[in-house]
Amino acid sequence: MVTKRVIPCLDVAGGRVVKGVRFRELRDMGDPVALAERYSELGADEIVFLDITATLEGRGPLLDLVGRAAERLVVPFTVGGGISGREDARALLRAGADKVAVNRAAVDEPSLLTELAAEFGSQAVVCAIDARAGEVVTHGGRKARGRNAVEWAREAVERGAGELLVTSIDSDGTRAGYDLELTRAVADEATVPLIASGGAGEARHLSEAFAAGAEGAIVASIVHEQPERLPELKAELREAGWHVRI
Amino acid sequence: MKVVLVDYGAGNLLSISAALARAGADPVITTDPVEVREAPLAVIAGVGNLGSAARGLAQVANALRERADRSRPTLGICVGMQLLFEASEEGGSGLGLLRGPVRRLRARRVPHMGWNTVTVLRPSPLLEGVDGAAVYFAHSYAAEPADDVAVARVDHEESRLVAAVESGAVAGVQFHPERSAASGARVLENALRWSRSA
Repeated sequence: MVTKRVIPCLDVAGGRVVKGVRFRELRDMGDPVALAERYSELGADEIVFLDITATLEGRGPLLDLVGRAAERLVVPFTVGGGISGREDARALLRAGADKVAVNRAAVDEPSLLTELAAEFGSQAVVCAIDARAGEVVTHGGRKARGRNAVEWAREAVERGAGELLVTSIDSDGTRAGYDLELTRAVADEATVPLIASGGAGEARHLSEAFAAGAEGAIVASIVHEQPERLPELKAELREAGWHVRI
Repeated sequence: MKVVLVDYGAGNLLSISAALARAGADPVITTDPVEVREAPLAVIAGVGNLGSAARGLAQVANALRERADRSRPTLGICVGMQLLFEASEEGGSGLGLLRGPVRRLRARRVPHMGWNTVTVLRPSPLLEGVDGAAVYFAHSYAAEPADDVAVARVDHEESRLVAAVESGAVAGVQFHPERSAASGARVLENALRWSRSA
């Protein structure tokens, strides 16, 4: 049986880990690969690097980061954030990313998922979906796309996505728990693994997301503030009866 | 020890090359048939689509078959393990070093993605110390050996899948040792020891 995955997500800008409030007052938190290695030692099942610069400029440092991560990490990693199209996605996969998470570019042009799956296999193609009140949003939540998130998830899988990374903008940053209604609705439809994102504050929240059908759960601020929480979280999940890798 | 990583244009080989180096090998990425034929250990580390991988592999296919004829160790990883077999439902055909097809997984959730426990079926030098360990899988197709070559299995939903094969000097693992933390490193160290004693 596949274990439930606990996946730290690192925000990256200009090749460095940053932390800030709503992209403002960004603080440099160090080298993403070094931090990812630390998380991997503490039991992270996978790492997500999210490039928040979201522009083509400044992708040089990102490609360098991906190359170093491919070389040094001993757990899988996904790269997402501002992938503008097929060339971006290809460059990241060719540089050594295990998976790319495509968000807006896939909403704009769903055939991108099919093309990437044909070239790299669907196991390398993650469709990242941001949702607010069940509707797909892009541009960091600023632009509503008039599509139902569950329907888009279903189409993304049909088109070749091998994994879904679904972030609830409503619960992101609240630490009050994942959006369980959304998680359950997508998991019931999806025939690929679903990673729930947005709202993790304690082990109970991850438990709830797994019970709702998620295969993995993104953790961010709780582990960034206190990396030692990571093994504790996994131990608590195991105590709660979940099959996790210790 | 020199290990050739067969470069047939099927993705990035940096991860597996670095993992082999950590395990103590001297990895060389190559397309040269002579190098592929002669090296103490050849690794076929494919990711992605088997059809396009099989096409790319054509230029070194004979060298790999000659290795097998001469009992020189070859290790296939993920799609590289599938390439040891015959026709694939994904399109294309493997090297036919092992008999059996490669079929799409029949499960509710495909790909089979994530950490899963391997169960060793019979003692194998490749899998020493990893029985019951969790390793990382990411695949939508799997080999279905016609002969008794499976040395480990993994369960995904109701399906029992072949996690590792070994037959003489030909071996393969369906998981990604380069992304499987300490257990994966152990498998690569085992593979180096296995090829030294072959």
